[in-house]
Amino acid sequence: MSTAVSPIDEVKTTPWSGGRSPFSVEYGKIMMWFFLLSDAFTFSSLLIAYGALRFSSSTWPAPDMVFQSVPFLIEHGAPLVFVGLMTFILIMSSVTMVLGVEAGHRGAKKEVAVWLVWTVIGGFMFLGCQALEWTHLHHDGFWWGSIPKDEVLKEFFVLKNGQLPAGAHTYAQQFANLFFTITGFHGFHVFTGVIINIIILVNVLMGTYERRGSYLMVEKVGLYWHFVDLVWVFVFTFFYLV
Amino acid sequence: MSSEATHAAHHEGEEHGSMTKKKIWGVFWILLGITTIEFIIALYLVPHGIIPLKAANPVYIVLTLFKAFYIIAYFMHLKFEKVGLIYAVVVPVLFIIGLILVLTNESHHWIDLRA
Repeated sequence: MSTAVSPIDEVKTTPWSGGRSPFSVEYGKIMMWFFLLSDAFTFSSLLIAYGALRFSSSTWPAPDMVFQSVPFLIEHGAPLVFVGLMTFILIMSSVTMVLGVEAGHRGAKKEVAVWLVWTVIGGFMFLGCQALEWTHLHHDGFWWGSIPKDEVLKEFFVLKNGQLPAGAHTYAQQFANLFFTITGFHGFHVFTGVIINIIILVNVLMGTYERRGSYLMVEKVGLYWHFVDLVWVFVFTFFYLV
Repeated sequence: MSSEATHAAHHEGEEHGSMTKKKIWGVFWILLGITTIEFIIALYLVPHGIIPLKAANPVYIVLTLFKAFYIIAYFMHLKFEKVGLIYAVVVPVLFIIGLILVLTNESHHWIDLRA
């Protein structure tokens, strides 16, 4: 009998036959990318639904009239200042995350841990700001299924002869439902991101990745964290600016 | 596990070298700068009537897409991955664009229904 291996039993080593990753990226990282892609579809569906409802409405609560307070400091007349702070916090925490990944490539355990701590702090600060923002709108009377009284509602619309424009109640209700659903879904992502970052931080401190010889896990979690920042960039534009 | 380690080592030498601390902060300033421009438009140019609101909205969207590009390309490092992975992630976004086109078109029709 011949000792030659038949072609079908040969170990394949070319990129597209399972020998190694054709993307030269580790399995878990590819899966994170595809998970984020599916998550992007979910967020897009929510934001596009918001866009379609707003497009088809003759009037809508004006963002710079709804969002014009800074908790504990300014009650009125500071449009977009607070959300600007929130945006800055989230971009900043994205930077600390990417600095942590960079430190991981150098195998600098201590630096990775420090940057991850900053990222977690940034995440908590953002969540705190969002809690204040929700409290403020809820205090005004907005919630899933409820809108403020007419006197309060008048502050949020461009009035017609001192009266609320036609359909204002319906559109205010849609705004409230969409706002709490979409920022809530995003906030939930931030929350899970913070939890995952804490788990990774504990692993870094315990030396798990040092023993493994690679901080690739920090990079994968970093992808998730940047995605959360990316979604906020869109939420910020479509809820607060447009 | 060892293949993961060699992977990382391989990456470090060739591709990850392109994402230095200096470059990270560079991207941060770009993101902050774009956000500042958006605030100037929203808080100064539009209220003072220098730019009409209708013209401001497309500007916001373009600036947002710029920010998205910088986050995905540099922070998420996609720009330095193999071209196959880039396409695998970017091409499905066509579905999102499709939904945007369908629903904006549809919503113009809804206006008449809701009037």
